Amino acid sequence: MAGKTLYDKLWDAHLVKQRNDGSALLYIDRHILHEVTSPQAFEGLRLAGRKPWRVEANIATPDHNVPTTTVERQAGVAGIADPVSKIQVQTLDDNCDEFGIQEFKINDVRQGIVHVVGPETGACLPGMTIVCGDSHTATNGALGALAHGIGTSEVEHVLATQCLVTKKMKNMLVKVDGKLPVGVTPKDVVLAIIGKIGTAGGTGHAIEFAGEVFRDMSMEGRMTVCNMAIEAGARAGMVAVDEKTIEYVKGRTFAPTGELWDAAVTQWRELHSDSDAQFDTVVEMRGEDIQPQVSWGTSPEMVVPVNGSVPDPESESDPTRRESIKSALAYMDLKAGQAITDIPVDVVFIGSCTNSRIEDIREAAKVVKGRTRAESVKRAMVVPGSGAVKAQAEAEGLHKVFLDAGIEWREPGCSMCLAMNADKLEPGERCASTSNRNFEGRQGYGGRTHLVSPAMAAAAAVTGRFVDVRELV
Amino acid sequence: MKSFTKVTGIAAPMDRANVDTDLIIPKQFLKSIKRSGFGPNLFDGLRYLDEGQPDQDNSKRPLNPDFPLNSPRYQGAQILLARKNFGCGSSREHAPWALDDYGFRCVIAPSFADIFYNNCFKNGLLPVVLTEDQVDQLFREMYKAEGYQLTVDLEQQSVTTPGGDTFHFEVDDFRKHCLLQGLDDIGLTLQDANAIEGYEAQRRKSAPWLFV
Repeated sequence: MAGKTLYDKLWDAHLVKQRNDGSALLYIDRHILHEVTSPQAFEGLRLAGRKPWRVEANIATPDHNVPTTTVERQAGVAGIADPVSKIQVQTLDDNCDEFGIQEFKINDVRQGIVHVVGPETGACLPGMTIVCGDSHTATNGALGALAHGIGTSEVEHVLATQCLVTKKMKNMLVKVDGKLPVGVTPKDVVLAIIGKIGTAGGTGHAIEFAGEVFRDMSMEGRMTVCNMAIEAGARAGMVAVDEKTIEYVKGRTFAPTGELWDAAVTQWRELHSDSDAQFDTVVEMRGEDIQPQVSWGTSPEMVVPVNGSVPDPESESDPTRRESIKSALAYMDLKAGQAITDIPVDVVFIGSCTNSRIEDIREAAKVVKGRTRAESVKRAMVVPGSGAVKAQAEAEGLHKVFLDAGIEWREPGCSMCLAMNADKLEPGERCASTSNRNFEGRQGYGGRTHLVSPAMAAAAAVTGRFVDVRELV
Repeated sequence: MKSFTKVTGIAAPMDRANVDTDLIIPKQFLKSIKRSGFGPNLFDGLRYLDEGQPDQDNSKRPLNPDFPLNSPRYQGAQILLARKNFGCGSSREHAPWALDDYGFRCVIAPSFADIFYNNCFKNGLLPVVLTEDQVDQLFREMYKAEGYQLTVDLEQQSVTTPGGDTFHFEVDDFRKHCLLQGLDDIGLTLQDANAIEGYEAQRRKSAPWLFV
């Protein structure tokens, strides 16, 4: 019998029941909630007179709607200017209080983007099943966990039963061996993967990212990669546990200690695919081939190396794809053949669950240090992923690097990644963004998003256009 | 949950690939704490010529005349014809809520994004996967014939055209069963409460750090 993949092991360890109709009950160790996808689930519980099955498995924090200016943040929930956003954040607080769920409220230093807070507090651990009503939950797969997004009906289901009704996915291996060129970051790696396999490339699969490039990558880098598994169509992305994983988890607030720690580590060391494991789909790439990436279109698969150019729809033979390219170019106001480095940017956003951790902030600060925001750049902001990231960055003096350069330093939240709060693009504005989606209107009605790494976004902030960051460092 | 057995209705086009959930229901409408009322903002960015806001009177907004759902011939449509990777992007269940609230009962496409596909079944909305060629044929026939109607039969797992062509589609047994009956997932799972408790008891021993 063939060995097991990492995903097989995680699945087997959480299988409560395989039903005759092909579905399975999968046990969920950790459930994370935020204000946008949970109110209807709590309402469902109330209407049915149900209680959370295991209340301590849940943890919550508001992130999507929270303002990021210090002024608006000072008064807590009451200070949220948008009345609809205020109700939603207040509703999360009320629901968590009513059902006894631990919540890091708006001005708690532990508050932040759910997918930043989970790993950094140790609320998410290797070997866990982790779900949240948010598609970027896959971020936690970097810990060697099975983590994925769910809809609101499933949020209610997990609250009420601690299980998901689901079906096993297929196994996909994305193997990147070799060494990354200097200046190429985890974000570039994942964008290059999505560019290769497409936004539906991983549909129906759980992706394991393996190979030398991921072994060499930091834990936060692995989180950036797993975060965007969903942009490759896969609900879950994961990386095997190694010494880096264990080092990362050690000492975190909710991580086990003493004898429990030793017992946990013994089990976690088994969280890797067996050498003879079989994958349904295998994709292989070489680290040396990956360059800094910039997206040009309205889907994350529409991406090219920074030294490339905007594609020509006329050279695309598939009619549906040709139409997609045409429509993307029209929306993005770009011309076929235009060099990426000729595209000027109006706004720069460094943040989101993809790229708002301390290493991201450091990377950006390294590029900005000693430079100033280009005059043509109207706004540039750095939004740390959590209160803890913010405090760490400030302790290192990184906020000063940005402020001195004319770049804003904000309070933690999802911010302009999806513009549910006040941080948004104006119609027609073009943004170099470290977020994960360049969909039409994602960052604001009529806004145009180019996905890049933190270093590339910082380079755009100080030059006013896309440049190969390697020319600056 | 609303059940789905068989629907005969007008088909309307969403003729582009990779329709994401931001396109289906833009984020400003996700601030609602209700699960209804999203229909008027379905495809908001394409459907109207201005930027929509929550709690706005949508009847006064300028409609995009080029958007098919605004055309008289597609009024009352219950079946949405779409292209590949429909529903990609976020996990927002507001996307199927918006389609359902608008009046759609079924979406037919060559492929769907996983989370969206799953979310549909929780809301009485049937996502049907047909081959690219079959979907192409439906698009062609629909554009040719005003009032073009399809019949989608979940029991038979079939889509039937006015010309009498019948296409078979696949659907998981458990999803089919729940949707046909309109079953409450949670109630069903709680019938296995003993199995869940048994799993937890064993897991508390084998991985006690998960329960501190």
